[in-house]
Amino acid sequence: MADHLLEVKDLSTYFFTHAGVVKAVNGVSFTLDRNETIGIVGESGSGKTVAALSLMRLVPDPPGKVVEGSLMLGDRNLRTISDDEMRAVRGNDIAMIFQDPMTSLNPVMKIGKQIAEAVRLHQDKSKREAWQLAVDLLARVGIPDAAKRVDSYPFEFSGGMRQRAMIAMAISCNPDILIADEPTTALDVTIQAQIIEVVREMQAQFDSGVILITHDLGVIAEIADKVMVMYGGRTVEYGPVDEIFYNAHHPYTWGLLASLPRLDEVEKTRLTPIEGQPPDLLTLPSGCPFVGRCPYQRAPCRDDWPELEIVAEGHGVHCWIPVAERLPLRVELPHFKESVA
Amino acid sequence: MSLLEVTGLKKHFPIRTGVLKRTTGWVYAVDGVSFEVEKGETMGLVGESGGGKSTVGRTVLRLTTATGGGVTFEGIDVMKASRGQMQKLRRDMQIVFQDPYASLNPRMRIRAIVGEGLTIHGIGTEAERKKRVAELLETVGLSAEHAERYPHEFSGGQRQRIGIARALALNPKLIILDEPVSALDVSIRAQVLNLLEDLQDEFHLTYLFVSHDLSVVKHISDRIAVMYLGKIVEISNSAVLYDYPQHPYTEALLSAVPIPDPHTERSRRRIVLEGDVPSPANPPKGCVFHPRCPRAQEICSTAMPRLVATPGAVAGDRHQVACYFPARFVGGERHVDDEPFRDVLPEDQV
Repeated sequence: MADHLLEVKDLSTYFFTHAGVVKAVNGVSFTLDRNETIGIVGESGSGKTVAALSLMRLVPDPPGKVVEGSLMLGDRNLRTISDDEMRAVRGNDIAMIFQDPMTSLNPVMKIGKQIAEAVRLHQDKSKREAWQLAVDLLARVGIPDAAKRVDSYPFEFSGGMRQRAMIAMAISCNPDILIADEPTTALDVTIQAQIIEVVREMQAQFDSGVILITHDLGVIAEIADKVMVMYGGRTVEYGPVDEIFYNAHHPYTWGLLASLPRLDEVEKTRLTPIEGQPPDLLTLPSGCPFVGRCPYQRAPCRDDWPELEIVAEGHGVHCWIPVAERLPLRVELPHFKESVA
Repeated sequence: MSLLEVTGLKKHFPIRTGVLKRTTGWVYAVDGVSFEVEKGETMGLVGESGGGKSTVGRTVLRLTTATGGGVTFEGIDVMKASRGQMQKLRRDMQIVFQDPYASLNPRMRIRAIVGEGLTIHGIGTEAERKKRVAELLETVGLSAEHAERYPHEFSGGQRQRIGIARALALNPKLIILDEPVSALDVSIRAQVLNLLEDLQDEFHLTYLFVSHDLSVVKHISDRIAVMYLGKIVEISNSAVLYDYPQHPYTEALLSAVPIPDPHTERSRRRIVLEGDVPSPANPPKGCVFHPRCPRAQEICSTAMPRLVATPGAVAGDRHQVACYFPARFVGGERHVDDEPFRDVLPEDQV
C-alpha cells in the first residue's frame, strides 16, 4: 500500500509551440495525505495551474505534454492508466473546481441537471435519485431553498452561488482529492470567506486531501497545512505553512512576503517589491528561473539548477546561496524583522 | 475648502427591455454619496463588486452624467461646468484604469498614447512634447526608448506604468486610480504602489483610490470610505479602521480579508456574512445592509441611515458612520448601544 494519498514525482509538462518549447512545469514533486491541504502559490505563468491540469490529464495535447514524472494515486500511476480508467478517476477520486464558475457550468442546462448528470456518470443511480442527491448537495454547500434553486439556470445564480454549485458537483462522488484552482479569486471577500468555510467543512466530512492553487498568501495562511512555492515552472521552496511564513529560505519567497500590504499593519511601512519583470517562459535559463530578479544571485545560478536542500523537517529549498550566508540576508527584510522581534 | 467635494451624488442607470427599449427599472449604482478629499491626501474608496465605487470615480470626472447631487473641484461646480471650464478641469483631474490591456490603444505608439493629452491641449511644440514624453516615461520607471514601441510589447506592470505616465502628462492635481493594481501579480503590485506613493510626494498629487482590495486601500490611503450598494456606510482614518470599525459591514469586510500570517489567522474570529450582496436594481428598503446585518433591528428596515460624524476612537479621526447601532469605543472598550443612534435618522424623520 502506498504511503500517501497522492505522490507526484518529477512532474514535467511542456508546451511545444511554434515559438519554442515552454517548460510550464519543470520537475515538480509533492505529496498529499488525507485531511491535508497543500497550497500551491505562484504568479501568473508559474505553472501552478498546469501542474493541476497534468494531474487530471486535462492538459491540451497538442501542444501540451507531460514529458516526465510519475503521478501516483495510491497504486495507480495517473500517467499510464488507460483513458477509461482516467475518466473514472476524474470525479470519483479527484475532482476539480475552477476559478471562473460561469465558464465551467453549461449556461443552457439547469443546475440540478448538471449535477445529476455528473452523479449518474459515476454512480449507479436513477434519474430521480440523482436529482434528489443534487438537491441534497446544494443544500449541503449552503444554497438556500435548494429544492427550488435546483431548477435554476447558472445565470440566475450569483458568483458565489455558482461556485457553491461547482463544489456541490465536485463533491457529489465523495472524491479523495479536491483540486481548487483559484476558487475565490473572482469572488468578493465576504463571499470568499463563505466558500472557504464550505471547502473546509467538506474536507472534514470526507477526510479529503485538498490542493489549493492561489496567488493569495492570505488564503494560504488561513487554510493550508503545507505550501509549495512555484516560480517559472519550478518549485523553489516547499514546507509546512509556518516554515514558509516564518522560516522561508528562498529569496523569491522572501520577496513575496515583503511585497504584501498587510491589513493589520499599524504603521505605514514601505513595501519591498521584487524588482524586474516576470520571466519569459520561452527563454527560461537552465538554472534558477528567478535569476534575473534575485538580488543575491551568484555564479552558478543562471546555468545550474541547485539540488534540493532540506533545511527543516518537511521543508526543502532550491537555492545556491549557502545556508550560512542565506539567513543573515533574510533578516534585512522588514517582514522577518517583525517576526523575529 | 477641500480640493474635491462630493455631495449627495447619484447615478442611476436605466434598465431597458423589450423591442421598444422602454425603461422598466433602474440600477441604483450610486445613491446619495457625500465625501471630501483634501489636497495632498489619498482617499480610499473600498467595497465589493456592484457597490458603485468605480461609478463614483467616473461620475466625478463627468465621464458619465450624474443623475443628481453635486461635485465641486477647487470650488468649481463640475456638473455645471461649461465646455471651456471642463477642458481646464480635465487637465487637473485624471484617471488610471484597472485593465492595462484594455486601456491602451493597441495601434498607437507609446509616444502618442502618453502625449495625447499634450497634443489635444496644444501644449508645446512637437520637439517639446517628445522631450516631455521621454521625461514622463523615466519618471514612471520606464526608459525614453520605450516611446516608439507599441503596448503589446509590454508586460502588465509596464503597461500600468504607461497609463500612469499618461495621467501625469498634464500635471494634474487629482488622479482617480480605479483598481490600478488589481490586474497585477503581487510582486509587480508592490512596485506600482511604491511608484504611486513616490509620485504623490514629488508632484503633490491628490488621489482617489478605488479598489475592492482592503489591504491595498488600507496601505495607500489616509482616509477610507467604505461603500455598500451605492452608499457610503463609513468613513474613517485609515490607521484606525482595522482596530476601530464602527459599521457592522466594515467589521465583516475587515474580518473576511485573510492576513498573510498563519499565527494571526489562527487567532482571528471571522464574521461570515449570510447571503449575497443584493442587486443594486432592487436594493432593500431601509438600511441597504440590514438583510445581512448581524445587528439589525426593527428600525433598520424603515429608512436608510444618514452618514453622520461620530466621535472617533482616537484623536484626529474624522469618523463618519451610517448606522443605527454603530460600535462605540470608550477608553478602548468596544460596545454597542441598545438604543438606536438617532442622529442618523433621515432629516424628514427627526
